[in-house]
Amino acid sequence: MNDMTPVKATSPKDWETDQEVRWCPGCGDYAILKAVQRTMPELGSTPENTVFISGIGCSSRFPYYMETYGFHTIHGRAPAVATGVKLANPDLDVWIITGDGDALSIGGNHTMHLLRRNLDCQIMLFNNEIYGLTKGQYSPTSRVGTTSPSTPYGSVDRPATPCAFALGSGARFVARGFDVSKNLPEVLKAAHAHRGAAFIEIFQNCIVYNKDVFEDFAAPKGAEDHQLWLHNGEPMIFAKGTKGIALDAEALNLKVVDVVDGDWQSAGVIVHDVTNRSVAHMLVEMPFGEFPMALGVLYDDPRPTFNDAVIAQNASASVGKTADLGKLLAKGQTWTVADGHPEV
Amino acid sequence: MATAFKEEHTGAHTPVHSDAVVVRFAGDSGDGMQLTGGQFTLSAALAGNDFATFPDFPAEIRAPIGTLFGVSAFQINFGSSAIDTAGDQPDVLIAMNPAALKTNVGALREGGLIIADTGEFNQRNLDKAKYSSNPFEDGSLAKWQVLAFDISALTLEAVKPFGMGNKDALRCKNMWTLGLALWMFDRDRQPIIDWLNAKFAKNQVLADANVAALNAGHAYGETAELAGPLKQYHVDAAPAVAGLYRTVTGAESISYGLVAGAQLAGLKMFFGGYPITPASAILHHLSRLKEYGITTFQAEDEIAAICSAIGASYAGQLGVTSSSGPGIALKGEAMGLAIMTELPLVIVNSQRGGPSTGLPTKTEQSDLYQAVYGRNGDAPMPVIAARSPVDAFDCAVEAVRIAVEYMTPVMLLTDGYIANAAEPWLVPDLDSYTPFPVAFLESAPEDGFKPYSRDHKLKRPWVKPGTPGLLHRIGGIEKEVDTGHINYGPANHQAMTDIRSAKVNGVADSIPDQIVEQGGAGAKLAVVGWGSTYGPIKQAVRRKRAEGVDVAHIHIRHIWPMPKNMGALLKSFDKVIVPEMNTGQLKTVLRDQFLVDAKPVNKVSGQPFTIAEIEAAIESALG
Repeated sequence: MNDMTPVKATSPKDWETDQEVRWCPGCGDYAILKAVQRTMPELGSTPENTVFISGIGCSSRFPYYMETYGFHTIHGRAPAVATGVKLANPDLDVWIITGDGDALSIGGNHTMHLLRRNLDCQIMLFNNEIYGLTKGQYSPTSRVGTTSPSTPYGSVDRPATPCAFALGSGARFVARGFDVSKNLPEVLKAAHAHRGAAFIEIFQNCIVYNKDVFEDFAAPKGAEDHQLWLHNGEPMIFAKGTKGIALDAEALNLKVVDVVDGDWQSAGVIVHDVTNRSVAHMLVEMPFGEFPMALGVLYDDPRPTFNDAVIAQNASASVGKTADLGKLLAKGQTWTVADGHPEV
Repeated sequence: MATAFKEEHTGAHTPVHSDAVVVRFAGDSGDGMQLTGGQFTLSAALAGNDFATFPDFPAEIRAPIGTLFGVSAFQINFGSSAIDTAGDQPDVLIAMNPAALKTNVGALREGGLIIADTGEFNQRNLDKAKYSSNPFEDGSLAKWQVLAFDISALTLEAVKPFGMGNKDALRCKNMWTLGLALWMFDRDRQPIIDWLNAKFAKNQVLADANVAALNAGHAYGETAELAGPLKQYHVDAAPAVAGLYRTVTGAESISYGLVAGAQLAGLKMFFGGYPITPASAILHHLSRLKEYGITTFQAEDEIAAICSAIGASYAGQLGVTSSSGPGIALKGEAMGLAIMTELPLVIVNSQRGGPSTGLPTKTEQSDLYQAVYGRNGDAPMPVIAARSPVDAFDCAVEAVRIAVEYMTPVMLLTDGYIANAAEPWLVPDLDSYTPFPVAFLESAPEDGFKPYSRDHKLKRPWVKPGTPGLLHRIGGIEKEVDTGHINYGPANHQAMTDIRSAKVNGVADSIPDQIVEQGGAGAKLAVVGWGSTYGPIKQAVRRKRAEGVDVAHIHIRHIWPMPKNMGALLKSFDKVIVPEMNTGQLKTVLRDQFLVDAKPVNKVSGQPFTIAEIEAAIESALG
């Protein structure tokens, strides 16, 4: 966006379209849509400078419900379309809406390369661990043993971990949230503030085909024990301050430790540093059950963006040159024919 | 023409005059034959000859040395009158090793001249080329003239003063050979010397050695003239329209044409590409032209290449993508998205041979079905085809014009032959092209903004994201008439399908009537072609007409939709034949569209048609 233009204040209502929302009643997508519409007025963006780009799947209907520019593309290809949009007009605030099948299966290649290149945009991956729109087949994030129309005896292949995939692809911002979490707007704000590709995995409850699959940590009851909300510069504690995450120096891994009387320092609890890539790798791989689910901004360490680099090179390669096609065509080894006689 | 090479002695020690000559340089992939051919082409251009070239190289980058499949060849036909093909049969074959001789000598005209490097005809190389005996000794080359001598040794001798290793020294062989060829055809060495000095500006020894090899080859010709078959030939300049000329390959002219098109439209260009033979050259050319407002993006795959171009078009630039058959297949779904969202897009398809990987470096015209019919759903898209490297410039401009004037993807068909071949080009006067500036919609019309409202051409408005007051959403799901909202309704889908079809058919209103290249409507036979068969068809029809045969040549640029007069024109002929480098694809379209009894003439050998083949087809059709 043009930083010099004062942005007219908007309300969540200004970001809603007149289109009837067509998700199943009770779908987690409704909560995410509300969270986004609630967050947008606080970001300093204008609706006309905002573009939501999606692939295919339930989540990818999202752009139709945002009063912004929007492009509902084809299965898996939103990152590629977004790359063209952002390179053609870097002033646009680009949001990619995708799902576990869209981003990690059919579009896995594009997701990887968008993250590697570090295109300045936000990627919201709605992970419901199932193919909803095609009626319930297992997805690349479904747990082993998921029974579905295409795996009547249970799935046998191991799932991908979206945040680990993102980090492995070179992402410089990785965050996690879930559909009904009150913290989701804060995560979205942090993603938007990050210059570069900001990857947000949002656990989303598919009430029809994969109901309550995240209840183990997302249910309000016991949430304190099962959710580790990370805040930069603060200790990694949970369970009302009675537990924390420490480094197991021998195993070179993380471990859960008890915190007595709030003395997290003595327990060796780590202070969250969003720029620590090694710890980020460990956080995204923490097996749930033994560990709480790491949520919030797991990693945030900006690097120069792809769009800035492309535009800078376009400019530097053009210095001192004029766009005179006639001259270009007449350049080099040419010859002139006059009265039928060639001259070199 | 190939068969010309008529010798007209004008006295002792003066060059023999010749109307046209076909020379084929053939060697190992590592022998630099494409470079040699390219520079020889330049010398022909600077001498004012008309010419056509045919680079013919293997898919392997560096195939094992000396093997039959590692042979790389470059053919040029140059003459003092109009040249339209690279020639049916070479008059001169320069063979740098046994494999090159073996794979190319069959095409040589009877009585033609073989120049070969005996330094490479050792037992090892003869074995690799699967020669059971030395062809210079067993009489198998009796129907040709042979000039075989040790070019390797002569090159080593010539570059000795520069103290290079044997391997590096032998790499100058191609310049020695080029020097000899320049002498044979009475050509100026200086432009080549200038080019060598520029090419090796950072390594004076290499520059000097190559120049020395070039000069030595030239001197060899002078001194050896008296002995045997080596004679000097002179090919006069061809009459040409006055003006500034350069050589151009199809890949270059398409790139320049896209730039010109974007300028005429007043747009910046975004080019999304993925490396594939023979289309990559367009990506390479455009990536050097950033000052023209061009962003090039080497995407992670073919799908990302087209999708990024669609994204750029959505954001208000001219999106362009380019590939060859296999990559075009991968882009198919995204073409449907561009059709559904009605965004401008140019898709360049440099066709190559065969299904799957097929023949990556050989030429074919077998993607016409894919271009016209190859998408899911009823997905109409304009298709145009370039006939030659020079024609590709205007075709690229035309593709851009249709894309922006109708808000539609357009496919531009070219092929491996056009992409790689070079011909002389009268540098166009860009001021003579009519601009077609794009007008983005920037505010809502009085009756309200509807993203899928239409003008008289059925074109919808182009709105750049970032424009206040015109917020809207587009996508691949069926759009409601006018509003562009999601609508699966039966009547709406019928209406939108009809609109998309009518819009593309309407492109015919903006294109000229089909002309008849030679002959006229009502002839006994029409030879109908498209793409790179132009040269051989033109020459074959010219020859047959000179013999008094009532035959006409029609060459189609606008494959879809076709010019409005096409049906009536085709029906005026008694017979119609369609020579194509496929199994009959344009033939099918013509039969389907116009119910004419078009008969196929097909060739899918990876090689262009010869003139003689088309002549035979004409004779056979008129039987």
